[in-house]
Amino acid sequence: MLAIGVEAMSMLSNPTFLFYQFMNSISLGMNLFIIATGLTLILGVLRVINFAHGAFFMFGAYVCWSTVTFLGGAVGSFWLGVVAAAVVLGAMAFVIERGLLRYLYGREHLTQLLFTFAIVLIVGDVAKMIWGTDQYNVPYPHGLGGAVDFGFAKYPSYPLLLCVIGLVVAVGMWLALSKTRWGRIIRAATQDREMLAALGMNVPLVYTGVFVIGSALAGIGGALAAPRVAVSPGMDATIIIECFIIVIIGGLGSLWGSFLGALALGFVTMFGTVIFPDWELVLAYILMLGLLLWRPWGLFGHEEEEPH
Amino acid sequence: MAQLEVDNIRTAYGLSKVLFGVSLTVEPGEVVALVGRNGVGKTTTMRSIMGMAPPQEGSIRWIDRDITGIPVHHVAKLGIGYVPEDRRIFPELTVWENLDIGRRPPMDGGDGWSEEQVFELFPDLKDIQERKGGVLSGGQQQMLTIARSLMGNPKLLLLDEPSEGLAPIVVESLRDRIQMLKTGGLSIVLAEQNLDFVLFLSDRVHILEKGEVVYTGTPAELRDNPDVQTKYLTV
Ligand SMILES: Nc1ncnc2c1ncn2[C@@H]1O[C@H](COP(=O)(O)OP(=O)(O)OP(=O)(O)O)[C@@H](O)[C@H]1O
Ligand SMILES: [Mg+2]
Repeated sequence: MLAIGVEAMSMLSNPTFLFYQFMNSISLGMNLFIIATGLTLILGVLRVINFAHGAFFMFGAYVCWSTVTFLGGAVGSFWLGVVAAAVVLGAMAFVIERGLLRYLYGREHLTQLLFTFAIVLIVGDVAKMIWGTDQYNVPYPHGLGGAVDFGFAKYPSYPLLLCVIGLVVAVGMWLALSKTRWGRIIRAATQDREMLAALGMNVPLVYTGVFVIGSALAGIGGALAAPRVAVSPGMDATIIIECFIIVIIGGLGSLWGSFLGALALGFVTMFGTVIFPDWELVLAYILMLGLLLWRPWGLFGHEEEEPH
Repeated sequence: MAQLEVDNIRTAYGLSKVLFGVSLTVEPGEVVALVGRNGVGKTTTMRSIMGMAPPQEGSIRWIDRDITGIPVHHVAKLGIGYVPEDRRIFPELTVWENLDIGRRPPMDGGDGWSEEQVFELFPDLKDIQERKGGVLSGGQQQMLTIARSLMGNPKLLLLDEPSEGLAPIVVESLRDRIQMLKTGGLSIVLAEQNLDFVLFLSDRVHILEKGEVVYTGTPAELRDNPDVQTKYLTV
């Protein structure tokens, strides 16, 4: 134990290593943010806890791998894979919401939970039927296999780009939610859906739209994660737990809350691995519990009233 | 034919029956009041018209079509605005954003309400456009709810207890604004506990008791009938 501590101390006193872990934390955090923000959007508007979000993430990673493989790794094939993941997951979400989920809105939470859990199993099995149980690797996209020189240290291009993409998604979502009419309608739907309908808004359509967008974000997040991780069955299980931790830390339905929550989880994961190698997930739980004791509604959440 | 024709509706929440055959009509530009003690079914009548609590029996006709049980947002699009008793502004949205959510061009073309016109009617709202709905005073919230509905250019407004919980001076100002809307040709169904408010604004009054209309008359008739007032309205 002491030996590990000393080793960790010597690593943490190395500035290059510190910088590297710092960047890794942000990069992981931004990747997690893209996924978790989809979950929190769905939760805020539909008030459905979608367990299948992790499965959608996994499916997105597979779709990206298939696209890249199908195109023989041609230039731009990775980005096409990201778009394909968004489109495929958006289409799947459309069918699931229109065909099934919408009949469950009035039901109790347990029914909805069981339903989304059934989707987890179905999507997982479909993925196994299509892609088997092998593990796939997606290479870094063209031109992003190298590293960027910061002068005092180098950092790989692709994870660096992930940081930028995460920030762009965050700012884009914020602008869309706060500055556009559709964004205002989505925010109003989180507050009082019945009143929104009484003002002539087609609320079921808003729900479909939000479920499609949120699920597409899971798919995009999966595709973007593909070069970072091994694409394989079971990758849905960890991510859904991480997403829930983020959403709980940030406060249900809050964009900036999930942004900060994702960053916090990124740091805890990356530095936790160094300091307490076997305890990283435990640390994440401790982070969540500590925060809940301090602020039961999460960083940006507020006390729930029974929604209309 | 009347603009709105509610014919013998029966509405229940689950197993608990609330309306036992309510009928009423509204002519264009008319203010029809629904009065009665707490829990007699005023709000439920409005929610039935709006499609939020569709009646199990009876029918609701609007202009030239049967709107019984159609989705809430279709009712709104056909020109019926709803101002609920608990106001229901979007608390996290600013005043301007609340108004923008309500925006809908008039069904039959034309210009309809603009923000400027809404602010002319409710000048108090003009200076607090950036403020969040949740922090407004009761009076401001009531103005905002009405203003938000007007942005959708309704032909009929369902106004549920607009004076509830407001200071007398605010009630008076609100009454005058509603009077202006009436003069402008808007039809209104007004549910109220405040009898003076009702007598001032309405053309006809229906008294509800346990989910039924038990009295119909003009404001003058009701004013001169203390027996009916004691029987159905005095708490
Ligand atoms: N959502 C609901 N579920 C079950 N019962 C309800 C519901 N809403 C109202 N009720 C019942 O229906 C009856 C009529 O209520 P309603 O709100 O229509 O009365 P009201 O005349 O508007 O009363 P108030 O003056 O208090 O607003 C009451 O007995 C009430 O308890
Ligand atoms: Mg009422």
